[in-house]
Amino acid sequence: MMFLLMMLTLSLVLSGCSFTEEASPLNPQGSVGESQLFLINLSLGIMFGVLAVVFALFFYAIIRFRRKKSDKDYPEQVEGSHKLEIIWTVIPLILITILAVPTVIYAFVLGEDLTEDPDVLLVEVVGHQYWWEFNYPQLDIYTAQDLVMPVDKTVAFKITASDVLHSFWIPGLGGKMDAIPGTENVLYYDANTTGVLKGKCVELCGQSHALMDFKAVVLEQDEFDTWVEDMKTPYPEEVENVELAEGYEIFKNNCISCHAIDATQKGIFPNLKGFANRETVAGFKDNNAEEIKAWIEDPNKMKPGVSDMPAFENVLSDEELDKLVEYLQSLD
Amino acid sequence: MSHASHEGENKIMHQPEKATLEGRNKVLGFWLFLGGETVLFGTLFATFIALRGESNGVLAKDLFDMTLVAIATFILLTSSLTSVLATQALHRGNAKQMINWLIVTVILGFSFLGLEIYEFYHYVHLGHTFSSSPFGSSFYALVGFHGAHVALGVAWITILIVQGMRKGITTYTAPKFYVAGLYWHFIDVVWVFIFTVVYLMGEVGF
Amino acid sequence: MAHKAKKYKGLMDWLTTVDHKKIGIMYLIAGAFFFVIGGIEALLIRLQLMFPDIRAFGDDTAQIFNELITMHGTTMIFLAAMPILFGLMNAIVPLQIGARDVAFPFVNALGFWTFLFGGLLLNISLFTGGMPDAGWTSYVPLASNEFSTSRGVDFYTIGLQIAGIGTLIGGINFLVTIINMRAPGMTFMRMPLFTWATFVASIIILFAFPAFAVGLILLTFDRLFDANFFDVASGGSPVLWQHIFWIFGHPEVYILILPAFGIISDIISNFSRKRLFGYASMVFATMLIGFLGFMVWAHHMFTVGLGPVANALFAVATMLIAVPTGMKVFNWLLTLWGGQITYNTANLFAMSFIPTFVMGGVTGVMLAVAPANAQMHDTYFVVGHFHYVIVGGIVLSLFAAAYYWWPRMFNKELNEGLGKFTFWTFYIGFHLTFFVQHILGLMGMPRRVFTYLPNQGWDTMNLVSSIGAFLMGIGFLATVINIVITTAKKKKSVADPWDGRTLEWAIPSPTPEYNFKQLPLVRSIDPLFYEKVQGNKGMTPAEPVGPIHMPNASILPFVMSFGLFVAGLGFMYQDGGLNNDFLNFIFENFIVAFVGIGITLLCMFLRSVIDDHGYHIEVEELEDEGAKI
Repeated sequence: MMFLLMMLTLSLVLSGCSFTEEASPLNPQGSVGESQLFLINLSLGIMFGVLAVVFALFFYAIIRFRRKKSDKDYPEQVEGSHKLEIIWTVIPLILITILAVPTVIYAFVLGEDLTEDPDVLLVEVVGHQYWWEFNYPQLDIYTAQDLVMPVDKTVAFKITASDVLHSFWIPGLGGKMDAIPGTENVLYYDANTTGVLKGKCVELCGQSHALMDFKAVVLEQDEFDTWVEDMKTPYPEEVENVELAEGYEIFKNNCISCHAIDATQKGIFPNLKGFANRETVAGFKDNNAEEIKAWIEDPNKMKPGVSDMPAFENVLSDEELDKLVEYLQSLD
Repeated sequence: MSHASHEGENKIMHQPEKATLEGRNKVLGFWLFLGGETVLFGTLFATFIALRGESNGVLAKDLFDMTLVAIATFILLTSSLTSVLATQALHRGNAKQMINWLIVTVILGFSFLGLEIYEFYHYVHLGHTFSSSPFGSSFYALVGFHGAHVALGVAWITILIVQGMRKGITTYTAPKFYVAGLYWHFIDVVWVFIFTVVYLMGEVGF
Repeated sequence: MAHKAKKYKGLMDWLTTVDHKKIGIMYLIAGAFFFVIGGIEALLIRLQLMFPDIRAFGDDTAQIFNELITMHGTTMIFLAAMPILFGLMNAIVPLQIGARDVAFPFVNALGFWTFLFGGLLLNISLFTGGMPDAGWTSYVPLASNEFSTSRGVDFYTIGLQIAGIGTLIGGINFLVTIINMRAPGMTFMRMPLFTWATFVASIIILFAFPAFAVGLILLTFDRLFDANFFDVASGGSPVLWQHIFWIFGHPEVYILILPAFGIISDIISNFSRKRLFGYASMVFATMLIGFLGFMVWAHHMFTVGLGPVANALFAVATMLIAVPTGMKVFNWLLTLWGGQITYNTANLFAMSFIPTFVMGGVTGVMLAVAPANAQMHDTYFVVGHFHYVIVGGIVLSLFAAAYYWWPRMFNKELNEGLGKFTFWTFYIGFHLTFFVQHILGLMGMPRRVFTYLPNQGWDTMNLVSSIGAFLMGIGFLATVINIVITTAKKKKSVADPWDGRTLEWAIPSPTPEYNFKQLPLVRSIDPLFYEKVQGNKGMTPAEPVGPIHMPNASILPFVMSFGLFVAGLGFMYQDGGLNNDFLNFIFENFIVAFVGIGITLLCMFLRSVIDDHGYHIEVEELEDEGAKI
């Protein structure tokens, strides 16, 4: 019975009846993920056939050939069968060939290095414990945590890491690629629908590995162009709003040495230009005043193992924290 | 009857190390052990080849003193010959000759070790240390591992010499002398590869 | 000529024994002990993942979780599965080939004690400020002392190093035993499949473990002595570690699964009352799998960026393994076919292995599709896959083997009712736990995450998975109770409770310490079955009754391994950091390390210079014992 249930679930997966509305390897939003889903389905289909044959033979045999009371003598001692041996060697070989041909083809297609292609949008990805840095060398933009990309355009990535191994993955767009310090790996994705997709780290990288999420924000081309424009427009030197000016002071005194608010500067920790528009705080919490404040008060509490950013709960007063948060929320 | 007594000492017995099941087991087991050792050194060689380019500015060809290495190689290869002579004496049942050749082997082994220690000292002096670069780490790991094998071999054969003097060649002691000879050959062969991969290829700048 | 036997009693007997049967039992007990520890770790992991976004262990949950997954994997592979298999090999293989002991009884004991002390060293990290936390694969740089600052990974490298010595010499021992010590007429092509699998697994051990030993040493050097093998800043290579680890690590999987194949082959054949279908091709497939196992390591590294050429080659090579594995599966099915199948606990476990293992196998082929692997790698799909192979394959076979060979090893039969209860709870729990993990993986849930956010459609399946895990725990507990009850029971087993076909069932019960009073003459595959069909009561002896040479017991293996344990601790704490000046002094000056090494070297010296000729059991003693039976 159990096996039947399992086959049912398997066939559900197979038929693409997804368990989630969200973009995922089973519900890809780009050509890379679609190719990979084709391969998954193909291999799952072949393997499903193999399972069916094995299960059928197995259950028939164990039911049909139970030992009965009347079985006194030993059954016939069969040595083997050359004919059968050949059959169950050749058929798997054929199945494997069917699977191997597209495997090899797609290994080359999806493994292509498009980073030198002038028609792609190039993004340099750097994995850090526990956040993602995204640099757009063609556009001279540095940002973090939100990977903004245009729809229907190939985006090529150069991927590396600054400390330990990470792995860069947007499940809804395609397969992952490891981020290895001292090494540069390449990958490309393209998205065919707009929206916000989950991004993840998929290589154990320390305590907050599970929380090292990011978001891929896929925009229409003109929206993307606006975003680029916004990012390239620096904030005014002086903050005119009196309320915000105080927050800005606090930011200058405590934060700016690590966090740039100018998208043309690399900075050592997440660049905060356009922070108010980000999908999340710390990569996985809703972007609202409460969470921002909680993060600044004690980053380590939200993301265990964060060692570079100090806790500000005893450095800044509650009032100062509120002002700082208010300022951060004005960074659009 | 597993141990056919002490009479083997004076009687010519072909391959006394394989006269008993225990002896045959020991010889076969030791061959297999050397198979494992081959993988061990193979991995160290692979590591060295992968990392030798990362030398932090210290170039192999400026570093290596080939005269010294050539002398060390000559000494170790000669010791291989003397250990063969010891094994042949074992097969003739001539304990005295065997012991003499083993003593020569040990002396040569010690000389090799002395040169290696001097060599390492010299390199450390030139700033090529275990921690100075991946090249340094993998160099000392590979060559040092070999050196440790030589040191262990020298100590082991010394113990065997004493045993040979006291117990002579019997079907119980013969496998010990025989496998020690195998071991010694093995570390010589490893050295030939070290000489080629580390020193010669380092010298020509591969 | 016969030397007087040194006889020890009680605890001393177990510490000094060189008898393969007792060493086998010790491996089983130690392996089961570590299996319980690894199992508790697994349950804690599932507890934390039972519900989304919880902190089951308080503020330090993330760190504790990483330590748990690391220790769970390491313990289960190195300290539970391998030793239990080694225990079975020790207990059964010499009997299956008609030998009186293994080739090197002393080395056999040494192998056990190094494994035990290595395993203990690894596990005392629980009490010394942090277990290893970089995953069982211990990928650098995370495992370097820059990012894993507790001593946990040192316990991993040095503990596994010591345990690995035991595995390596154990493998050599089995090889020599099988090559040199088969009974008259026991040709290679008459050996039972379990012995064949042991043989091939031992070859793999011989060629795989030294690579791991080097990897561990390099990592130890990096962590303790400032070497630069894997240090990116000075030009070292983190990918090098992955290559070394998987060149060992993939064959390691076959070291585990091949003996499981052997166990299943023997048990299914026995309880179908039929000879194994396609024996020759089974042997061939075993060797082929062992060989191919060395060619596919990089399929664990498809997302490392090795390039399309390497990925395509390793993908196809990996798929090829499906062919010999498929041969095995169909041979098992055809062995059942036309048989007279007995439904007892041992055979339930053995038979259920077939479909379960195939389910693990097919997901393995799916993962071999390199471009698609990029979507599945490091997700729960992989976790589901390898647990189907390791639990659905190896653990089921270990249960089968325990129920099957228990009478031979302990002279008592385990209770069938509790056995079947174990089977059903464990089997259902197993599928509940791991089946949903495939789907979770395809939905994008990464592995090794200490928690996950709600509203991703993952909650229910994680809950199901956790419930299944606890069900497996209950099943295992039933077998523990079974063992306790059976041990307390007086009723002895008969010598041949299953109408056996192979040599181990031709021996009187309990097995005498010399196994065979007279070495048997083997005249066929399934030698005991052959004699039964010929109408003979037992095996025909191949020699007259004569004095039997036995090895002496020795405490040296125990002391030698203890020396390594001390040395390991000594090197680990060479930078001091203990809150005691005297302790810091002896550790920082390598006094402890050298004392440990000294103990080991002294034991080796004593072993070399003290002649150990063993002793003989004389004919009169044999006849006396014969009379008792």
